[in-house]
Amino acid sequence: MGETFAVKILSRAAGKKVREGEIVFVEPDCIMTHDNSAAIIGKFESTIPEGRIRYPGRIAIVLDHVIPAASSKHAAGHKRVREFVREQGITDFHDIGTGVCHQVMPEMGLVKPGSIVVGSDSHTCTYGAFNCFATGIDRTEAAGIWITGRTWFKVPQTINIELTGAFTTGISAKDLILTIIGDVGAGGANYMAVEFNGPAVGGLRISDRMTIANMGIEMGAKIAAFPANSMTSKYYDALGLDVAGAVWSDHDAVYTRTLRYDLSEIVPVVACPHQVDNVVKIEEIAGMKIDQIFLGTCTNGRVEDLKLAADILKGRRVHNSVRMIVAPASREEYLKAMKMGIIEDLVSAGAVVLPPGCGPCLGAHQGALAPGEKCLSTANRNFKGRMGEKEAEIYLSSPETAAASALTGKIQDPREVLK
Amino acid sequence: MNVFHYPQSDINTDLLFPGKYTYTCSTGPEIKEHLLEDLDPDFSGAVQPGDIIIAGENFGCGSSREQPSLGLKHVGVSAVIAKSFARIFYRSALNQGLLLIQSPGAVDHYSEGDPVAVDPVAGEVRVGDRLFSFPSLPDEMLEILEDGGLLNHIKKQYTRGDEV
Ligand code: SF4
Repeated sequence: MGETFAVKILSRAAGKKVREGEIVFVEPDCIMTHDNSAAIIGKFESTIPEGRIRYPGRIAIVLDHVIPAASSKHAAGHKRVREFVREQGITDFHDIGTGVCHQVMPEMGLVKPGSIVVGSDSHTCTYGAFNCFATGIDRTEAAGIWITGRTWFKVPQTINIELTGAFTTGISAKDLILTIIGDVGAGGANYMAVEFNGPAVGGLRISDRMTIANMGIEMGAKIAAFPANSMTSKYYDALGLDVAGAVWSDHDAVYTRTLRYDLSEIVPVVACPHQVDNVVKIEEIAGMKIDQIFLGTCTNGRVEDLKLAADILKGRRVHNSVRMIVAPASREEYLKAMKMGIIEDLVSAGAVVLPPGCGPCLGAHQGALAPGEKCLSTANRNFKGRMGEKEAEIYLSSPETAAASALTGKIQDPREVLK
Repeated sequence: MNVFHYPQSDINTDLLFPGKYTYTCSTGPEIKEHLLEDLDPDFSGAVQPGDIIIAGENFGCGSSREQPSLGLKHVGVSAVIAKSFARIFYRSALNQGLLLIQSPGAVDHYSEGDPVAVDPVAGEVRVGDRLFSFPSLPDEMLEILEDGGLLNHIKKQYTRGDEV
């Protein structure tokens, strides 16, 4: 009987054959933390005063959430992190401006195929795009792993998602994953691993895979993983690394459930307030007036996403009833977009570009909403209060839908603009 | 003892503790001020040590921020009983030493005013006149809970000189 990706990778890490449902102790290959490192440092130091990190080489810290600091309190947190990094000899520290952690980690070659990665951020599941067993933990657990180097996992069951076909014009990975989440539900994959299989996987770009894996947590999944293939090899080649550690499920692996999607049947969708699984087809909501468009985040802030939007906005104007905010996912992506003229197209159209970071996504600073306003965002979460104001509404869509809506000031089917 | 009953499903981390305070509130007293702010503005003023929360499916979904579990532990909530929990929240609660009980039966049976009592070691919860059992935790996990959370557990091992 074949084994799933999760069973194989956890067996390898545990050094024995493991079964679904079993609790295993493993040493993660990489532990990612971000601005919340400041709080983790406090926990670390109160647990083992003067202590050392067990494996400093496995630690990666990225300052991305509230950058540049929005207040002296945030600045003090950042300062504490910089000091700690020096004291502990942590070399993988990436200061403000490098980008959103989930973009920076792969860019820097810190998440390798077949590795186990934990992060003090729920969207750590993004690295599943790179064949990692990657999942979110809380600050306390991060402090614990800094100290002990290890943690536990319950070996998850797996949902298999089989993909066939190819996207049609104006439709992309975001529409697919929102459709899946709408079907599975916000808790439908709770505690489970999700694998993406099928002939269409080979045609999905790395950026598409990241968009999809990123949102695994929005259906409750522990991990959301893709096999390594030629595109993955190319990505790591460019970094001077390889994919030798890659692992994948057997052809006869046993899944709790298999779902099938034909990409050619996917249509533009929008997740409505205040839950990500509240997904409707665009025609059900088209025409709704929007106050702000936000293009960016670890879900859709890559150059591919910015290009999809720029292709729609080039030579046109953002409607005067709406404001458009863009935050590239990282410095690298920002630079690529600059060189390709994408930033110029977006700024000329009237967009406001923020530094590469999380920006308005978590409501801590930048691009806050007023009570009663509506924002169409390419982020991954539309919870009440997420963007800092609980009387505001957040709608989630693809970059194409966001750009098309920027043109009209209303939720707009991108296929009509692209005709 | 009060029982706070939030029967809806998918109560997420932003409802339990708004993200905008994530980087400015990390201690128990700071968190308490905003705990459940967007779900039940009266909670923070009313909650007493020993109180219990009863909720629906997928409680705690969303962010990995630990203020919800840390805050609930801080104010002395003795258990959250739900039909199911989101996994990061489940881990986080264990890491804080906060008891979570997954018992759809107990949640369905509860009606306003019923007395509720919990026995984590026996794996039993009493709601009104009925007893529901829930799977008890593996030993390693029970130890973390008994030690008052992951870091206390590690600290204990550290001072004992165990390999941690
Ligand atoms: S961009 Fe948003 S979802 Fe992504 S890591 Fe930042 S705050 Fe989290």
